[in-house]
Amino acid sequence: MKYPKNGRFGEFGGKYIPETLVPAIEELEENYLKFKNDKKFKNELDYYLKVYAGRPTPLYYAKNLSEKIGGAKIYLKREDLLHGGAHKINNTLGQALLAKKMSKKRIIAETGAGQHGVATAMACAALGMKAEVYMGYRDTIRQKQNVFRMNMLGCEVYPVKSGSKTLKDAINEAIRDWITNVENTYYLLGSAVGPHPYPVMVRDFQSVIGNEIKSQMKKINNRAPDTVIACVGGGSNAIGTFYPLVDTNSEIIGVEAAGHGLKSKMHSATLSAGTKGVLHGMMTYLLQDKEGQVTETHSISAGLDYPGVGPEHSYYKDTKRIKYHAATDTEVIEAFLTLTRTEGIIPALESSHAIAEAMKVARKSKKSESIVVTLSGRGDKDIEEVQNYLNKHVKN
Amino acid sequence: MSRIKEKFAELEAKNQKALISYIMVGFTNEKATISIIRGLVKGGIDIIELGFPFSDPLADGSVIQNASTISLKKGTKIAMFFSLVKKIRKETDIPLILMTYTNILYHKGYAKFIAEAKKSGIDGFILPDMSVEESKEYLQAAKNNADTIFLISPNTSKQRIQKISKTSSGFLYLVAVFGTTGVKTGIKKYTIDAIKQVKKQTKGKIPIGVGFGVSTPEDVKKYIKAGADAVIIGSAYLKLIEKTSKNQLEMKIASFTKSLKKQTIL
Repeated sequence: MKYPKNGRFGEFGGKYIPETLVPAIEELEENYLKFKNDKKFKNELDYYLKVYAGRPTPLYYAKNLSEKIGGAKIYLKREDLLHGGAHKINNTLGQALLAKKMSKKRIIAETGAGQHGVATAMACAALGMKAEVYMGYRDTIRQKQNVFRMNMLGCEVYPVKSGSKTLKDAINEAIRDWITNVENTYYLLGSAVGPHPYPVMVRDFQSVIGNEIKSQMKKINNRAPDTVIACVGGGSNAIGTFYPLVDTNSEIIGVEAAGHGLKSKMHSATLSAGTKGVLHGMMTYLLQDKEGQVTETHSISAGLDYPGVGPEHSYYKDTKRIKYHAATDTEVIEAFLTLTRTEGIIPALESSHAIAEAMKVARKSKKSESIVVTLSGRGDKDIEEVQNYLNKHVKN
Repeated sequence: MSRIKEKFAELEAKNQKALISYIMVGFTNEKATISIIRGLVKGGIDIIELGFPFSDPLADGSVIQNASTISLKKGTKIAMFFSLVKKIRKETDIPLILMTYTNILYHKGYAKFIAEAKKSGIDGFILPDMSVEESKEYLQAAKNNADTIFLISPNTSKQRIQKISKTSSGFLYLVAVFGTTGVKTGIKKYTIDAIKQVKKQTKGKIPIGVGFGVSTPEDVKKYIKAGADAVIIGSAYLKLIEKTSKNQLEMKIASFTKSLKKQTIL
């Protein structure tokens, strides 16, 4: 779906927003449509992506991992090597540059694991702007290093103590700030969620991932990969990976956080276990109870701890073009350790969900087949979380 | 004619403006809600907005957020809400408006939810995250069943005011300030300008209610002087409810309501 008519991917998406935000959303869409095809804007963004963020990122053949499993060849799209350590910078550079063109003086953002907050702080510093970031109180504890990083980058971090104190509440609070300061503030949303045009705009800025995979695999195999895998929370690295490949024959799999298991209620697997609903300006699959109250989620990775999902993913789930699976915390830790030990690459816990799925798929595939996994971020931020998990399990 | 329209006609005949209160059901519990309603009615309230809690109230400030959380923790459910409305209906004929977020209606199905709400005695709906662009199915379900009250903001364009006022019934809800509910900012010039602009665009075809940050008799007086047909008070009520003991609730609510209502009698 190139540009969604009325902001809808099939029945999903839309703009369910307080009236105060309507002029801001209209202004954003107008400017996005103007600049996305503007040569000067594109050149400037390409420049920053290349020399500041470090694009293109390599596509690495994980030989040791592939041989250990003994099935298909696993390739890693190394978004973890980007400046800041995650794919988030692709989007924040794009949007920060857009905000600058729109002469917005104040940038606000939400963050889950802190990666989007850090990437926002970096992009804003590079472009001479200031950012303020909302972060769930629980996430500020489990990702305190990232809070410190943001502070060092000159960015104010506001811990959000309402609701479940995680990403969804950080988004609520950022929207409240935006309603209050709508005249001078740009809301730099970090995932492919929210009211139109955010889902399509974030997808477009992240599509650099899938476009590079396509041309890199063409050089290696002269064809698209047999399977493409990425993790899905809000779904920005996944939609950026998948969108350029939906027209190919590749099998596409998004991997959600199954937490303690899909039947446990302690998970964040929105597409695997959710129902349709309206949250954060969009109609999409949600984790909610029988009354339409959004439920609390769990994931070992703060970045996937979200009860909604980008509306384009909901669309691809219903059209069956993309399969959505889920990996449990235990499988994720195993994948994390396996990749670290076999390849010397420490993946983010979010990305480890995709690795876990890739290991399952590879086992069942032929050696001649190829799997591309988007390694959306590096795992340095997660060392403490992994240590805690292992300590607990050694004791038990 | 709907109860809301009748109420505005009745008030006009008496040369009065409407006082509308917002309270959160189940805050602090179901029994308290009944006492509060009795107090409101005694105090001379014209219309009551019943807030139904949602897990993610993104247009609300801390007071209503907190009330939503408490209400949900106390176990407020849709079925309980409808039976509460039926109980209230046995005591009063005052127009009752349900204010909540889109997902509560969407999840149950607009038609099903609205039909049940009407049956229990609800006269209209306010959904702060429902934009006119997304409202087709909602409007169809509400048609001939309930009034659909949409919001207008001080930054809404003239064209949009036209569009929204045509989509609304009952009254138009003008958000007084840039911000969430319950934030006290004092009366801004842009709000007064917005009231005048909305009046000009709607030419008296639909009443205009002003809400968000309205909390005192002085606020009520000033907004009515600027041309508002109704004023809506929410967070100020919730703050009063929070600090009042149960046996005083009805009396205190009644006297606060009286002090506000006085300002709407011209």
